[in-house]
Amino acid sequence: MLDQYLGVILTFGFAAVIVGVMCSASMILGAHHPTAVKQQVFECGNPPTGPARGRFSVRFYLVAILFIVFDVEVVFLYPWAIVFRRLGVPGLVEMMLFIGVLAAGLGYVWKKGALAWD
Amino acid sequence: MWADAGIAAVKSLVMLLLALNLTVLLLWIERKGSALIQDRIGANRANIFGGILPFNLGIVNTLIADPIKMFTKEDVIPDGADKLLHFFGPFLAVFPVLVTFAAVPFGDVLVIGDRTINLQVADLNVGILYVLAMSGLSVYGVVLGGWATNSRWSLLGAIRGSAQMISYEIAMGLGLIGAILVFGTLDLQAIARAQGALIWGVIPAWGIIYQPLGFLIFLVAGIAETKRVPFDLPEGESELTSGYFTEYSGSKQATYMMSDFAEIVVVSALATTLFFGAWQVPYLARDGFHFPGGFALALPQLVVVVMQVASFVLKVLVLCCFQILVRWSLPRYRYDQLMDLGWKTLLPLALANVLLTATVIVLAG
Amino acid sequence: MGPITFAVLATALVVSALTVVVHPSPVKSAMALVATLFLLAVVFVFLGAHMIAALQVIVYAGAIMVLFLFVIMLLNLSDDGAEARHRGRVVFRLGAWIGGGVLAVELSAFFLRVPFPEPATPPAGYGGAEAVATALFVDYLLPFELTSILLLVAVVGAVVLAQRRTA
Repeated sequence: MLDQYLGVILTFGFAAVIVGVMCSASMILGAHHPTAVKQQVFECGNPPTGPARGRFSVRFYLVAILFIVFDVEVVFLYPWAIVFRRLGVPGLVEMMLFIGVLAAGLGYVWKKGALAWD
Repeated sequence: MWADAGIAAVKSLVMLLLALNLTVLLLWIERKGSALIQDRIGANRANIFGGILPFNLGIVNTLIADPIKMFTKEDVIPDGADKLLHFFGPFLAVFPVLVTFAAVPFGDVLVIGDRTINLQVADLNVGILYVLAMSGLSVYGVVLGGWATNSRWSLLGAIRGSAQMISYEIAMGLGLIGAILVFGTLDLQAIARAQGALIWGVIPAWGIIYQPLGFLIFLVAGIAETKRVPFDLPEGESELTSGYFTEYSGSKQATYMMSDFAEIVVVSALATTLFFGAWQVPYLARDGFHFPGGFALALPQLVVVVMQVASFVLKVLVLCCFQILVRWSLPRYRYDQLMDLGWKTLLPLALANVLLTATVIVLAG
Repeated sequence: MGPITFAVLATALVVSALTVVVHPSPVKSAMALVATLFLLAVVFVFLGAHMIAALQVIVYAGAIMVLFLFVIMLLNLSDDGAEARHRGRVVFRLGAWIGGGVLAVELSAFFLRVPFPEPATPPAGYGGAEAVATALFVDYLLPFELTSILLLVAVVGAVVLAQRRTA
C-alpha cells in the first residue's frame, strides 16, 4: 500500500507549487508603494486604538477542549464502524456504553451553561 | 517504477485541475446564479479587444479580468504584521483543501494495454480518515490569517471562525459514520464500487437511500464548515468587513476567496462519493448498460469511462449549485444560534443516527 | 524506505523540532510543532501504520494543536523579549546545546556500530484499518471503555476550570 502514497506526495507537491505561486503572485507582480496610511490596520477610518491582541473569552478555550474530546470519540467510532458487522450485538452494547458516558459529559456541559454563548 | 510515477503524476494533475476548474467555474456560477435568484442581470459589462464582439460577456469579467487584477494588485502587509505568517495564512487555508482530492475517486478503471489504472490518485485503505485529517488542517489557515495581521478585528473573526469550524467538524465526522456502518470500509473507491449494487434488483444502492439523515447532517455541517451563509458570521460582511481576511490584498485575498469555493467543492465531492454513488451511472457496469428488465447494451470501455467521469463532475456541480442556492436564500445565523446548532442539535442528532443505524444493522442480521 | 528518504525526513523532523524549542515567537513555535507532528505521521506511514498516521494528524495535529494555538492567543503570549534572552541565561543555553550535542554523538556512535536485524515483513493488512479495529474492540476492550471515563474527566475538569469566579 505504500506505493499509493506516491500519488499523495505528488499531489502535495503540485498543490504546494500552485498555492505558493498564488500567494506570492502579488508580492512579485504587484506594486510596492507603502505609505503610512495604507499600512494601518482597518478600523473603519479611526486610527487603531491600543494593542491588537487583547484577551478573549474563555468560552473559546472550552470549545477547543470539547472539540478534542469529541474528536477522540469520533476517532474511536471509525474503526468500530468497520468491524461492527463482525462484533454483532456485544459490539453495539460496548459502543453504546462509550457514547453514553460521553453523552453524559455533553449533558453536564450543557446543564452547566458552558455551551451558552452570550 | 517511472511508469507508475508518471501515471500517478498525470492522475494527480487531472484531479487538481478538475478541482481548480470547478472552483473557478463556481465563481462565475455564483455571480450569475445569485443574479438569477435576485432577479437581476449580474455581471455583463466586459468585452475583449475593445468591443469586437457584438455582445458583452460577463464571464470575461469574472474569469479573466478579475484574476488578472487580483494578481497584480499591491500586496499590503500592515504595520506590525508577521510577514512569514501573513504568507502562510492563505497558503494553509487552501493547500489542505486541494490535497484532500487525492483520495476522491473520479472514475472506475481505465484499461490501457495491459495496465489497469484506477481512476483515483491514491487508493488509501484509510481514505475517509485521510480526507478528514486534511480538512482538519484547514483551520490553521483561518487562525493564522487573523493572528498574522496585527488587527484586533481580524483576530476576533479568526477565533470565531475557527471555533465554528471545529464545532462543525465533529458533526461532519459523525454524519459519515452512518454511511461507513452501511458500507463497512473506509476505502473511498470500495464505497463507490459498492454503490453499483442494486436493491431488490431495481434501485441503485446509493448512500442516500440508506442514510438520508446522515446526508442531511453532513451537508449542513459541511456548509457550516465552509463558513458560507447562513453561517458566515466570522466573515461578517456587514460587521467585520471581511473578518479574518480583511488585511489581505491582491493574490492572498484571491487565495482566501478561492479557499471558500474550494471547500464547497470538497464538501460536494465527499457528499457525492458517499451518498450519491460517486461516479456510478445507474445500471452502468464496466462493459455497458445492464437494465433490470434483462436488456443489456454493450459499450466500448472509453465511452463508459467518459460517462462515469462526467457523471461524477455533474453530481458535484449539482451539489455546489445547491449550496450556492442555499447561500442566497437564507438569512445569517447569530453566533450563539450557530454554536447551538452545532453542539446541541447536530451532535446529538448525529449520535442518534449512528446508534439507530447500528441497531438496524444488528436487527437485520 | 531508502536511506535518502529517511535522511531527508529525519533532517526535516529534527529541524522542525528544534524550531519548536528555540524560536522566540510562541505562535511560530506552535506551527513548527504542527509540522513536527505531521512529519511524525509520515514516519508512521513508512512504518506501515497507516491508520495511526491518519489518527495522529486528525487528533494531534488537527485538534490538540488548535487548542494550543487558542490558548496562546487567549493568553496573549508575546515573543520572548530580546533582553530576557540574553540576561543570565547564557550558561543554560550553552549547557543545553552541549548536552544535546553529547547525546547526539553518543547515539550516533551507538547506532552506527550496532548492526540492525533485517526488518520482518509485516503480515498482510498490518496497520490497516481492520487490523487496528479488531485489536481495539476485541483484545483491548477494557482500556477502550476506560478511555471514555478519562474523556469524561477531561470534560468535567475543563468546565470547572473555565467557571466564572462570581458564579
